[in-house]
Amino acid sequence: MMIDPAPLVLTFKLSLVTTVILFFTGVPLAYWLAFSVRSWKCIVEPLVSMPLILPPTVLGFYILLVFSPRSSLGGFLETFLHIKVVFTFLGLVIGSVLFSLPFMVNPVKAAFQSFPKSLIEASYALGKSRRETLFRVILPNIRPALLSGVVMAFAHTVGEFGVVLMVGGNIPEVTRTASIAIFNDVEALNYADAGVYSMVLFVIAFMILFVLDRINKRTVRAV
Amino acid sequence: MIRVSVKKQLVTASGPVRLEVDFRIPGTELVTLFGPSGAGKTTILRMIAGLTDPDEGLVQVDNETWFDSAAGINKRVQDRKISFVFQDYNLFPNMTARENLQYALKDKKDAGLINELLEMVHLTELGHCRPETLSGGQKQRLALIRAFLRKPKIFLLDEPFSSLDLELRLRLQDEILGMYNRFRIPTIVVSHDLGEVFKLSSRIMVLEQGRIVRSGKPGEIFAGDSLSGKFKFAGSILMLEKEDFLYIVTVQIGNNITKVVATEEESAGWKVGDRVVVVAKAFNPIIFKV
Repeated sequence: MMIDPAPLVLTFKLSLVTTVILFFTGVPLAYWLAFSVRSWKCIVEPLVSMPLILPPTVLGFYILLVFSPRSSLGGFLETFLHIKVVFTFLGLVIGSVLFSLPFMVNPVKAAFQSFPKSLIEASYALGKSRRETLFRVILPNIRPALLSGVVMAFAHTVGEFGVVLMVGGNIPEVTRTASIAIFNDVEALNYADAGVYSMVLFVIAFMILFVLDRINKRTVRAV
Repeated sequence: MIRVSVKKQLVTASGPVRLEVDFRIPGTELVTLFGPSGAGKTTILRMIAGLTDPDEGLVQVDNETWFDSAAGINKRVQDRKISFVFQDYNLFPNMTARENLQYALKDKKDAGLINELLEMVHLTELGHCRPETLSGGQKQRLALIRAFLRKPKIFLLDEPFSSLDLELRLRLQDEILGMYNRFRIPTIVVSHDLGEVFKLSSRIMVLEQGRIVRSGKPGEIFAGDSLSGKFKFAGSILMLEKEDFLYIVTVQIGNNITKVVATEEESAGWKVGDRVVVVAKAFNPIIFKV
């Protein structure tokens, strides 16, 4: 059975790019949420977790609204910077980053919050700056949480459907990811192809969670 | 010269306590802060270190002002040259014993000092081990020398032996004394163990309810009463049993358990866990070498 590999390739490209971006934005955000004492943190916190309960279509709808060429931001981007967001890979990335944000931020935030304050104090008492403490004491000790954030963000992006459909449309090789290809094939009564795509995603999802579980168990034993 | 004069409102398990202390440590003394838990001992150490802010007051070390509420000075803990040994060691689990020390080392030129200190506390062979594989005593020794690597102006130890058994305590006390004698840095040890205080310190400050109620040499503070020919030991009640008209009170004094008889009147209101003083007078004690 031969299927078009493009949707799978696109799915993994999207997941990879999204995960990398999320790692470099989500970890600082989690750090800020865990340690900041600013009052407006309480607004940001639910916003980060919103994608967990919000229908993906709602998020997609807002992204369309904000980045449509007819909106001020979308118009500005397109006219002056020649950047198109809607119905492009870039749009998918923006949607996925927002949509998978809690999967990266929440486990890392929880790890920061439960990190023993006494170890941080011990590092300060040795004359180490906050930065050095973060990179040499805190982050190395919350590796399991970082790993689970990365894996969950990646896996969640692989499985994304609603936002991708809303923001990306359904353009072959540009925005048609595997989950949308399945939808297309089923609509076209092409169950065989849909079955192959589904099986591939199923196996990958299982493998990711299996490996994550093994890693977590090993870390627990090591501690 | 170290000057500490601080005030802070504390909330302890036994209600609010107003911490208000004012003391100086002139030379390179080894001073113990002695007192029951909740008296504010640890808070004083933390305020000197910069880990807790006083409500108001002054902390000066070697003519350097670390905290002065009137002048608005409050140096960060990183900028105060302290060494702090925490009650629960606080070794970094992601680093080996040696890496813990290397992390603490400011000037890489002093790497030789790591070997020397490891040697001194007999941990050379265990340098490659992670903290979780070390025993309690080894962890505490590692924490001790790690704190020393900062070359502090003041050395602060917060109940450094509280989670160790007696034998280890004694050995570690010797090691602390050894290090103190070698480096001669002003040292404050928080403790509620009488033996420890006696052995270690050149001066004791007794803290009760947020205030220093007595201060002086160990002999002056604790042994003063014994000149009147009394035996006096502090302990805590383990058991209260009624027997006819009397109560048999089982008391733990240090590592010893003893039974004392008390009348119903005397023991009214006593309960298990109460701190008591057992006094013996008007007889000649017999002394044995054991």
